[in-house]
Amino acid sequence: MSTEAKIIELDEVAIRFSGDSGDGMQLTGTLFSDASALHGNDISTFPDFPSEIRAPQGTVGGVSGFQVHFGASQINTPGDLAHVLVAMNPAAIKANAKFIRLQGTIIYDSDSFTEKNFQKAQFKTTDPFEELSLHDYRKIAVPISNLTKESLKEFGLDNKSVLRSKNMFALGLVCWMFNRPLDYIETFITKKFAKKPTVVEANLKVLHDGFNYGMNMQHMTPRYVVNPAPIEKGTYRTVHGNQATAWGILAAAEKAKKPLFIGSYPITPATDVLQELAARKDLGVKSFQAEDEIAGICTTIGASFAGHFAVTSTSGPGLALKSEAMGLAVIAELPIVVINVQRGGPSTGLPTKTEQSDLLQSLYGRNGESPMVVLAASSPSDCFYYAYMASKIAMERMTPVILLTDGFLGNGSQPMRLPRMSELPEINPAHAHDVENYKPYKRDAETLAREWAYPGMKGFEHRIGGLEKGEDGNVSHDPANHQKMCDIRAEKVARVADMIPDIDVYGNPEGGEILLVGWGGTHGHLLSSARELRAEGIDVSLAHFNYIQPLPQNTEQIFSKYQKIIVCELNSGQFALYLRDQFPQFNYAQMNKLQGLPFTNDEIKSRVQKEMKGSLSC
Amino acid sequence: MLENSTQYTIKDLKSPNEIRWCPGCGDHAIINAVQKAMVTLAIPIEKYAVISGIGCSSRFPYYMNTYGFHTIHGRAAAVASGLKSANPDLSVWEITGDGDALAIGGNHFIHMVRRNIDINVILFNNKIYGLTKGQYSPTCDRGKVTKTSPFGTVEDPFTPGKLVLGSRGTFFARAIDGNVKKSHDVFVEAAKHKGTSVVEVLQNCVIYNHNIHTEITDPKHREDRQLHLEDGKPMLFGKDNNKGIVFNKKGKLEVAVIGENGVTLDDILIHEAGDVDGFIHQQLIDMKLPKFPVAFGVIRKVKDLVYDQCMEAQIEEVKENSKIKCVEDLLFSGNTWEVK
Ligand SMILES: Cc1ncc(C[n+]2csc(CCOP(=O)(O)OP(=O)(O)O)c2C)c(N)n1
Ligand code: SF4
Ligand SMILES: [Mg+2]
Repeated sequence: MSTEAKIIELDEVAIRFSGDSGDGMQLTGTLFSDASALHGNDISTFPDFPSEIRAPQGTVGGVSGFQVHFGASQINTPGDLAHVLVAMNPAAIKANAKFIRLQGTIIYDSDSFTEKNFQKAQFKTTDPFEELSLHDYRKIAVPISNLTKESLKEFGLDNKSVLRSKNMFALGLVCWMFNRPLDYIETFITKKFAKKPTVVEANLKVLHDGFNYGMNMQHMTPRYVVNPAPIEKGTYRTVHGNQATAWGILAAAEKAKKPLFIGSYPITPATDVLQELAARKDLGVKSFQAEDEIAGICTTIGASFAGHFAVTSTSGPGLALKSEAMGLAVIAELPIVVINVQRGGPSTGLPTKTEQSDLLQSLYGRNGESPMVVLAASSPSDCFYYAYMASKIAMERMTPVILLTDGFLGNGSQPMRLPRMSELPEINPAHAHDVENYKPYKRDAETLAREWAYPGMKGFEHRIGGLEKGEDGNVSHDPANHQKMCDIRAEKVARVADMIPDIDVYGNPEGGEILLVGWGGTHGHLLSSARELRAEGIDVSLAHFNYIQPLPQNTEQIFSKYQKIIVCELNSGQFALYLRDQFPQFNYAQMNKLQGLPFTNDEIKSRVQKEMKGSLSC
Repeated sequence: MLENSTQYTIKDLKSPNEIRWCPGCGDHAIINAVQKAMVTLAIPIEKYAVISGIGCSSRFPYYMNTYGFHTIHGRAAAVASGLKSANPDLSVWEITGDGDALAIGGNHFIHMVRRNIDINVILFNNKIYGLTKGQYSPTCDRGKVTKTSPFGTVEDPFTPGKLVLGSRGTFFARAIDGNVKKSHDVFVEAAKHKGTSVVEVLQNCVIYNHNIHTEITDPKHREDRQLHLEDGKPMLFGKDNNKGIVFNKKGKLEVAVIGENGVTLDDILIHEAGDVDGFIHQQLIDMKLPKFPVAFGVIRKVKDLVYDQCMEAQIEEVKENSKIKCVEDLLFSGNTWEVK
């Protein structure tokens, strides 16, 4: 038997770290991803939390996972199936069996294979692999718990603290397997536990022992090389979607020279947006954790009336609570951004899982004729850009804007090229200047935006409110005026089309057989599937939408160039329904999924292949 | 803060809009008193912002020549909270009804009070839903017959002042619509108080709940039925000003007459609006006819931390100590790497 590790060169690898909620898998995954990004790989991550915070230890319900996909070329998704599963207990194997690639590698803590743990994970026998029919996999048993204990025996720590470090052993081992230098992780640990030198020392010791274990056991573990990816020049850092959203909002406020206000109420998976902004008191952010979502948006509207740039953040159920107040922002024509990080619904639904099922709620979920601009981000890092654009549109066009992201984008992470403020488009809020001729609903002839005047500005005193108004701001029950104002509010939203870019088609922009149509968070999966299908010679293109209401001006023209349009979305056909209404002349086939999970490339590819067969047979 | 005082008259505060309240509605007198108070306060007009919910009373902003926002039912407190937090330099007034503030808006009401945001709340208590034409409200007494309670209600009301106390309110006062002079004084004090000031105004709805407060407000009996509190003064009332509030042996309030049973002026309780302990304030708020007179004036006014000021102060402090001064600093902080 050779003692040299088998070295496998790969273009891309997906690793899934999994264990009990208390095993520190999110941190392990994050550190590994950051180390990979620093190594120059493109990455994409997907944390998979249990929805119960304290599900019983050792049970399948309590398993927490973190998948990272990294590669030597562009990485658009966290990967369908993992090449490597790191499992800290039998429950983690059970929960993740379906996410491992055939012939993939499973590294597991063999010390966790105890009678008690098998029972907790509801295995009937003591051979989980047999029970789950995991035959064609490389299984690597590592006595992680005992090796960690051994590693720390000099430290005189109690058993609980010792076992808390076992994730570092796994991390060290995986770093060896994937040839990641440890320096970034070392710095992180040293900083994070700066006040607890023993904890730093213990974690570093275990990390190195894990790494060395890999080196010493070369015959058991394969070693992979994943080369750096060619990426656009610039300064990069890893960001989560929710963080990028918050930063985009911050950047817009600074560009517009406006103080920023956020009124919000915590809700998974949107809470991080509020938290990110609450932490930015240093940038003058006024964060107001309200008593509920209604107050979240109403304080936001109040701050907007005060002349601040104001946003509110939430997820589906919270968006429902905000409906009435969104209508108020529509009729009062105040600039606010409503950030909705979608999750599985209806009702409480699947709080920690992703879905795109709030589209119709965003477009239509208000009383009366109540049009709003709707945007959707499509990757963790472009949350920054679309949050910025949502803000720009709101402030320049005096309209509330909904920005849709989702749990997959919000919690997922990606390297982001950091923009300089000077690279970002100007934002010119529609401020009132002319005291003499000010009227609350006087409009810019081109954009139809009214002017923003706020308390404190002398001479502009005026009243607004939820009742229908005439141009002078007085209440009007005149039938013709109501018709006119409804028409204007709709037209104002429609004219936003003049500031958004045409839609780009990936693949063959000249037209062709199949056009995949997607929107928002499914971009990565649709793009990589389209790329792979094209490599196989299939004529498929992709039009992916970030601007939903209004749609890009060339939408109709693009659609007309393809024989078949397949609208792919994580709901039961909401965008398809909307498109049928906008452009009824086209046929829209659908691909839908409602499992709380992103599409997989395999799903998309087989859907397209099915479509091709269909068209051959007729 | 609110300097740059200017001089203007009540006319400058009236908007050209025709007032649409029913003739004889208590709201007319209340707006009058508010405008007078604003003139007394002499804050620049552009710094006043009047925020209302929905109800007859909430039409108020349209009749003012200040900044105004007629929002949605129950949410004025939240809109006003955002406005005041964004710009603490403004003088923010919330106009709300008993239904608006205590039914649909109850949650926002208690949290605004708890946070002690510097907003002046005028709560128009006509004990009825006026705008929707006469349904019972959370301040109706048990058994009240209205259009939605044709056989009488089977629930008990809130006492607004107790709700304020329970929400750790720092200012509570009571006024009567028709008594413009006293309402004016109370509004001025409310505006000067730093924190949420709630003024409950007993308002008559001539159409749907006429005379609901008459037992208390009737000029024939008012001296005996109203106790007008003044800070630092004995709690005296009555036609001959010889009745007062004392503690009985059980430690509860009681009405006593000076000269009877050996009671002297010294036995009469002195009103302390600034008493942090709300025990006596609550008992004053609770006083009801016929056993007691009803308490008016500033019942509670205590100093405490003010949300909007604390928010600003915290921002200043964090700004000073942080290395991040602009968005670029933030973006380029943390673990970055160069791709060349
Ligand atoms: C969401 C919503 N629910 C119900 C109503 C109907 N509504 C308007 S005002 C009102 C009650 C008003 O009573 P109150 O707050 O006491 O004000 P008043 O008219 O007595 O001054 C109701 C139920 C509404 N406008 N909006
Ligand atoms: S209905 Fe009652 S509260 Fe409303 S305006 Fe008329 S009198 Fe006033
Ligand atoms: Mg009422």
